[in-house]
Amino acid sequence: MDANEVPQEGNATLGGHRKAMYARGADGRIGIVPSSGWEAEEIVTLQAVEDLDRLAADARKRALAGSTSALEYHMYKARMDLTLLSQVSGIWAWRVRRHLRPDTFARLRPALLARYAEAMGISVDQLKRVD
Amino acid sequence: MPDTPNTFSHQHASHCESGVMSAIVRHYGLPLSEPMALGLSSALSFAYLPFIKLGGLPLVAYRMPPRAIIRGLQKPLGIRMRTETFRSTARGEARLNSLLDEGKVVGLQTSVFWLPYFPGDMRFHFNAHNVLAYGRDTANGDYLLSDPVFEEPMRCAPADLARARFARGVLAPKGLLYYPETRPSEPDWGKAIPAAVRKTVRIMLRAPIPLIGIRGMERVARAVERLPATGDLQKSKLFVGHLVRMQEEIGTGGGGFRYMYASFLEEAASLAARPALAELAGELVEIGDGWREFALATARMIRDRDPFDPARLAALLRAQAAREKTFFGSLDRAIR
Repeated sequence: MDANEVPQEGNATLGGHRKAMYARGADGRIGIVPSSGWEAEEIVTLQAVEDLDRLAADARKRALAGSTSALEYHMYKARMDLTLLSQVSGIWAWRVRRHLRPDTFARLRPALLARYAEAMGISVDQLKRVD
Repeated sequence: MPDTPNTFSHQHASHCESGVMSAIVRHYGLPLSEPMALGLSSALSFAYLPFIKLGGLPLVAYRMPPRAIIRGLQKPLGIRMRTETFRSTARGEARLNSLLDEGKVVGLQTSVFWLPYFPGDMRFHFNAHNVLAYGRDTANGDYLLSDPVFEEPMRCAPADLARARFARGVLAPKGLLYYPETRPSEPDWGKAIPAAVRKTVRIMLRAPIPLIGIRGMERVARAVERLPATGDLQKSKLFVGHLVRMQEEIGTGGGGFRYMYASFLEEAASLAARPALAELAGELVEIGDGWREFALATARMIRDRDPFDPARLAALLRAQAAREKTFFGSLDRAIR
């Protein structure tokens, strides 16, 4: 890739930052050229973000309908899945799975709620609500 | 080791670990480019580990595992790196503060998700990011960070940095910090470069398991070929998109580190007086272009601009594997 071929397409996921790419400059040497982004990369980043957003939106709908707990919604909103939430909170995966049931979640001890809230960086109040 | 007063200068880099390590080595007196840090530590690679899942997707990497560059530079540069991890957050913070008070620059492993200065769309739970702390704001206690993948130095509040350093999950950093105990010295390039290149050739061509190097690429090609091409394409598309994210998004300098390694070969050619390496650098740039073509073809299929065709993507991957096989064969002969 030559320096003048380094994409400058303004990838929105970079939030206005530029990333360093390596390309062949006019002097014939390969070196750093800042890039404002490439559409192909934006597409694959947004694909991952949209997939997590979709899971969160779907969990939100089910939580409001009462078929899952608020925990599932917050889990996806924090860009986690069951495995990761289990690792981060230190709560066994089978227990996390149980806590996705609305009735079980409603009866959770404050100490457990606090661990989930801490793992996802939100308050216990937020955790109980589906906003 | 006496420390230079705080005259740290930030430099923009492509990749976090190579960027941090070249910054540390430069700070302690030896000019070292980011590509040289990558090449000299033999960090270029390819790995496909389907049994390790991150967010439900298999681990794919275009480089050696985290910490390979930190460890790999020790021998060629005669620099002893001290690494420390902590069980308690408080101890980890206290240790970082005391090292900074001594005037050291300190490398840190962090999660990306908990660093507030990252753009929202880039904040995933990836735990093997590297930044360099070079001081603190005396007024509010913010850490002054040189995050190599950003153009400008960053700052981060203590609570956020603690959270990022002690994130849990796969590749948990456990507060890892690292700093040199001895000053780097200029290696005998004529020996260090061939040794580092030979190791990379060995990994790419002769790894003992078929998931590493060229055989790993062939294995990925087979996995792509087997993806369902009809019905619900969501999962299939996430898999191929993941390959491209690992190749481009994770600060590789484009083309899954291939352009950066080409830059290393170019620099190595003059330092080690082996002009053949400069010619091979040109070939590797073309291979990097091939990876970018794969990324573009994949992105177009994800957005339905082209019909989803796993067989075509697999063919592109096989072609890349074949080109790299030839390339590393020539590199092997050139470095003997």
